Amino acid sequence: MNDYLNPALLRDKLQEWLDRRIEIVLAQLLRAGVLSAALVVIAGAVLYLGAHPRAHVDYRTFHAEPEQLRGVHGVLDAALQGQAMGIMQLGLLLLIATPIARVVFSVFAFALEGDRMYVVFTLIVLSVLLYSLFGSFLIA
Amino acid sequence: MNVAEFTFLVWAGSLAAGFLGALTGLGGGVVLVPLLTIFFKVDLHYAIGASLVSVIATSSGSAAAYVKEGFSNIRIGMFLEIATTFGALLGAFLTAHVPARGIAVIFGVVLLYSAYVARNIRPRTAEEQPPDPLATKLKMNSSFPDTSGLRQYNVYNVPGGFGIMFGAGALSGLLGIGSGALKVVAMDQAMRIPFKVSTTTSNFMIGVTAAASAGVYLTRGYIDPALAMPVMLGVLVGSLMGTRVLVKTKTKSLRLVFSVVIVLLGIEMLLKGITGTI
Repeated sequence: MNDYLNPALLRDKLQEWLDRRIEIVLAQLLRAGVLSAALVVIAGAVLYLGAHPRAHVDYRTFHAEPEQLRGVHGVLDAALQGQAMGIMQLGLLLLIATPIARVVFSVFAFALEGDRMYVVFTLIVLSVLLYSLFGSFLIA
Repeated sequence: MNVAEFTFLVWAGSLAAGFLGALTGLGGGVVLVPLLTIFFKVDLHYAIGASLVSVIATSSGSAAAYVKEGFSNIRIGMFLEIATTFGALLGAFLTAHVPARGIAVIFGVVLLYSAYVARNIRPRTAEEQPPDPLATKLKMNSSFPDTSGLRQYNVYNVPGGFGIMFGAGALSGLLGIGSGALKVVAMDQAMRIPFKVSTTTSNFMIGVTAAASAGVYLTRGYIDPALAMPVMLGVLVGSLMGTRVLVKTKTKSLRLVFSVVIVLLGIEMLLKGITGTI
């Protein structure tokens, strides 16, 4: 029963406890992100369905979305102007941002644990995500 | 169909997909694209964009339920996300260059494979082996709560798992799915991570992987808000209901039915791809 006097074991136990705390906070962060994203999408949907419920829809042929709905700035502009499409797209953008927020939080969490190796791993994942959202038009 | 009817029917269909996906553990994302393209005649690119967004919603929305169980391993997840996010970027760029027929064929194969995995994966019996040096260096070995207290486990074959994860990420980016089946194969079969740890860690990874290709999809104009809206809201509500019911019902026969549905959709996608009618 002298396990508890073993410093290596104690450190492992502390790391496990911290990991667990981090996971719980992360899960709450994710849920809050998804719920707020859903609320914004619903607000946009009410405007959209109220405006022209009897219009015809056709998604058979692909003709890329208008420029404005294809980037963070354009979506923000359209949403602030109160356009239904812009508000719905802003909600979807918030949804895409929730896993990114989770990764940002993980950078700090690993730093707090003094785990430099995993801070580096997490920063690599974060840069791929940010590149996708902000930089992918460079080779699109 | 007018806007109101279309939106309602797509919402109801997505709700059913999300519900069955969560209840059976097979994921709803994999049936969404066939549902939208075969029954609602939606263009494949729009369907993939909408599906990808809903995959993020289910992964993030159900994280709280999974975390309560205390099985997921954030270090394994984060390390493997390096592979899945790079793969997802590659897959998202490929979507623009692979013709729709090709995507439909790949989709059909993945559907059939998912159904196969769902029926054939059996939790392995753990055998004692010395810990793997690389996994130890990466601090992946951990423990999880079992009926008899905490159970220790070791992780093996990190490079193999990393490679399969890259492929899983590429498929996720190419097809707009979570590719949970392949992620579980990488962790459970290749890296010999306990089944419960694999499935919950996989759920955590799916959202981050999907976010990596979602940015590219958005920039390319594949994400149509009016279509993604009912899909995302339907899948989210359906999967949240599914995880609630999950604990109370026996899902064996339901799993069989849903596997049959996946097989049928897989055959239909294959045929559409081969005959070029997508």
